[in-house]
Parts: sequence; structure tokens; C-alpha cells
Amino acid sequence: MMEIEKKQDVIILAIESSCDETAAAVVRNGREVLSNIISSQIELHKLFGGVVPEIASRKHIEKINQVIDEALSEAKMTLDDIDAIAVTYGPGLVGALLVGVAQAKALAFASGKPLVGVHHIEGHISANYIEHKDLEPPFLCLVASGGHSHLVMVKDYGHYEIIGRTRDDAAGEAFDKVARAIGLGYPGGPKIDRLSKEGNPHAIEFPRARIADAPDDFSFSGLKSAVLNYLNHCEMKGTEVNKADVAASFQEAVIDVLTTHSMEVANRYGVKKFAIAGGVASNSSLRTRMAQACQNNKIEFFYPSPVLCTDNAAMIGAAGYYDYMRGIRDGWDLNAIPNLKIGTRNEIGR
Amino acid sequence: MKLLVLESSGLVASVALMEEEKMIGEYTVNFKKTHSQTLLPMVDELVKNIGIDLKELDGIAISNGPGSFTGLRIGSATAKGLAQALNIPIVPVSTLEALAANLFGTKGIICPMMDARRNQVYTGLYGYEGSRLITYEKPDALPVTEILEKINQNGESVIFLGDGVPVYKNQIEEMVKVPFRYAPPHLNRQRAGAVGTLAVQYFQEGKMESARDHKPDYLRKSQAERELLEKQKAGQV
Repeated sequence: MMEIEKKQDVIILAIESSCDETAAAVVRNGREVLSNIISSQIELHKLFGGVVPEIASRKHIEKINQVIDEALSEAKMTLDDIDAIAVTYGPGLVGALLVGVAQAKALAFASGKPLVGVHHIEGHISANYIEHKDLEPPFLCLVASGGHSHLVMVKDYGHYEIIGRTRDDAAGEAFDKVARAIGLGYPGGPKIDRLSKEGNPHAIEFPRARIADAPDDFSFSGLKSAVLNYLNHCEMKGTEVNKADVAASFQEAVIDVLTTHSMEVANRYGVKKFAIAGGVASNSSLRTRMAQACQNNKIEFFYPSPVLCTDNAAMIGAAGYYDYMRGIRDGWDLNAIPNLKIGTRNEIGR
Repeated sequence: MKLLVLESSGLVASVALMEEEKMIGEYTVNFKKTHSQTLLPMVDELVKNIGIDLKELDGIAISNGPGSFTGLRIGSATAKGLAQALNIPIVPVSTLEALAANLFGTKGIICPMMDARRNQVYTGLYGYEGSRLITYEKPDALPVTEILEKINQNGESVIFLGDGVPVYKNQIEEMVKVPFRYAPPHLNRQRAGAVGTLAVQYFQEGKMESARDHKPDYLRKSQAERELLEKQKAGQV
């Protein structure tokens, strides 16, 4: 494991704008959040039933200075107190990412601070470092959000290996699509979570997909189609749909797949620690089931509080701290990379 | 009074440093490479060559649109970050006005046109009365035929410039009935120097805004908003 020298405090100003949250945070030594400001655009995108990239990019421009100012003032700091500026440079919506990247680069350039580009998913994983001060690699992490479903082995700080990933829809995306189909609206995750509590998770047996030649990968599009087919079928026959049962049964299928895969991989690799991250990690049933499964398998279970599961900049500050300590610095030509691969820059000083 | 000037509204990336009536440096590249990778390194290069301390700057001037949405935002976010760190204001300048200012002192009409896709151009009509730039038609997104008709109605000779010119050359040559010319290569695209010349004037007139309030002037709503508005008009929502 890497030795991290701690001669003095390292303060990171972090910026995140990869999707529809404009966020900035100040983080001390990668684990202590001094401020975590999030300006959400959800209300705006609800009109369109999902995130509209151009609108998201425009809103980021309007909000970003204010969000950064608030993050600094809440941390009772100025740019002079900052050691480095970290920014999400991918993956995400390219137009949205570009706002944060350009802003962070200009701030770093004009204030003479080092710049560190951070991978969004590595940020999600690192949210666990904030929540659990004693958590250290190696551990297995399930990252599930509206844009991502990955099973990632965190071998060391900054060293990641993807064990499984979704072949089609992300878990959160399936939640959004099913929520829309049963008239719950956007964003679907929290709404299905809530409605499921009133329904029977075994009322309808929806399929659990497994990919023949890649058993650790996920597939959620078949499940989503099965829900849509079920709804069509009910409509054609004129039978009333119990939305709570549909929500609960759908959610049960997703959780079942996520839990089963995670525990299989954890046991195969003999890991003792398992974490979840990303927006779907705030789903209450997923947390309960994962906790139970981990207990049954004698694995220590870690999960961040909901505010650290959804997109935020504190997690980017945590990941950015470990990148910074590993000597990673980016130049003024840092670009947004919408399909950035995880763990692709283990080399120091790109 | 010193202003750093950024122009990234189209294919051109251009930066300049103005000191009142003097342009200390200008760096312009008209080549297909993303502004995200070129704009700040160009600023860095210019600043290093001139040897200026950024703390000497009094403002950041920006070509404020219309133009490529993404290009405008890269320039805008860069300006906002610089201005926020240096605690100085932003001086926004209309991209079309700055294009027209390339042709200082021109007799007759100046018509900058930028390709806005979907058979439209971002355009306006300008002219000089003495040393003063006058706006005859305000910046707008128009079908190219509409602006050409206005030029014919006006009757004065016209000079065209901007990246819309090569795209709509055939239409210009078919439709325009007044004498017309095209600006030469060293004057026919966005240049930070022209943005800066207007910005110095605006700064002196107090026309500036805070880094926090600044945003580009796109002149066009997003496609999703346009479609939603159309649906609402048709009474579907």
C-alpha cells in the first residue's frame, strides 16, 4: 500500500459539473469536508422528463461562480488557502463537463495553483473515504447511478480494475425509465424507492438477466422491457395495474441482481471489504439487502450518506486529494472526456 | 488599464492583451482543434511572452456571442474563472459587433454572418459614421435569405465577412442586387484585437458585469426549449 506523507494539511477546492448538478466543495486531507455546495437543476429538467444537455450546460455557466464562492466562504477560506484545484473531467455530458473544466483551469491558472483532473466514478467511490475515515483499499465497490453500473476492485488509492459493468442501461437509468412508464416522473430512483414500500416485491416475477460469457456484467434493458410489456399486457386486457407492486417487483429484481453479482465477485476474489456508491446507493432497500448479504458472507459493508451518493464535489475533492498526493498534475490543455475510462491514468505526471 | 481578451465563439481561437489605446499582443489560430485544449495555453503563451503579471489586469473581455454554444461557454467559463480568481470584472462584447469592427471606417454596410446551421445565420448590419460603429440591424438568428433581402432593400453597397460567407456564397451571389465585396483573410474572421478595441471603450463607459453574473448571449434557446414552446403553442401541453 502506498505511503502517504502527511507533513501538513492539504486543502483541495473541488468542482463537479458532469451532469445536472453544479457543485463545489472544500476538502481537507481527502476525508474532511469543510463545505459541500450543490446547486441542483432537477426542477428544470423535470419539464423535459430527463436531463437536457444544452440546458444543463447553460445552467452550469450561470451558477458556477456563486457555487464556488459559497464553498470557499462556508469553509471560511479564500483561494490563497487552497493547495490544489480538482475538477471532474469525465465521464459525463461533454458540454456540462467543459464548463467545470474551463472554470477550474482558469481559476488554477490565475491563482497559481496546481490542477488535478478527476474521474467522476473514482469520485463516487471516494465518497466512502469521507464517510468512513478508517476505510482503506483494497476493497470491492459497486458504483450504480443514472449513468453507470460498475463493479470495481479498488486495489490501492488511484488503482482500479473494473470487474463487471452494464452492457446496456445503467441501473439508475432503468429506474428512471420504469418510473416514467408508471407515471411517477423524473427522477425515478427515489420515487420508486418510496412507492415500493407499499407494494409486494414478489407480486410479479420480472427476469434477472445474466450474460452468458461475462457473468460479472449487468444487463437491465431486458428487465425494463419486461416491465413495459407487463404494463402493455395489463392495458390490453383492461386489468388495473398495481403501481406499488410493479415498482416493488422491479426494484426487487434490480437489487437481487446487484446483490448476487456483488457477493459472487467478493467471495471469488476473497475481499473482506465491500462498498457501494453512486445515486442508486442511496436506495434504502439496496442498502438493507447489501448489509444483510455482507453480514451473511462475513464482509465489512460501507456506504456513504445519501448527500454523498448523488453527484457532489466533496467526493471529487476526496479522489482529487489522493491523485494530488500521487503527484498527478494536469496542464492548461486539460480537456473534458465524455467517455473517460476508469483507472486509465495510474502513471504519474501524464 | 489592461484587459485580457478572449474570443472562442467559432472556429477561431484568439486572445489579446490591450492597454488602453494599445494592443500589446494578439494570438489567433483558425484551425480545427478544440478550444478547451487551445484557449488557456494561448493565454499562458501570450502572458509569458509579454511578461505581464496577471494581477495587473483590470478586466477580462469576452466575445459574448452569438456563436457555437460550446465555444461560447468555453470562453465564458475561462473568463469567469480568471475574473473570479483575480477579483476583476468581465467586459462582454457582441461577437458580431466585434466582427464588424474588423472593418473600421468602411463606407457602406458591413454584414458579418456566422453559420448558425439549419439554414440560418447569426447576423446583423453595421456601418461607420466617422470613427463610431453604428448598428443598423441588431444581432439575430435569421434565414440567410431574410438578411440578404434587407441588404437589397437598404440599397447601399455591402461588405460580407464571417464563417457564414463560404457556406452561403451561392445564395449571396444569386440574391444580392447591390454592389458587394468579401473581406480578405486577415480581416474576415473573429479576432480578439477587435473585441479588445470595443472592450476598452466599453470599460471606460462602465459597461461591465461581475464574474458571477456573466453568461453568454446565445441568441437562441436550446432545441428542447424550442420544441417545448412549439408544443405549448399548439396546445399539446
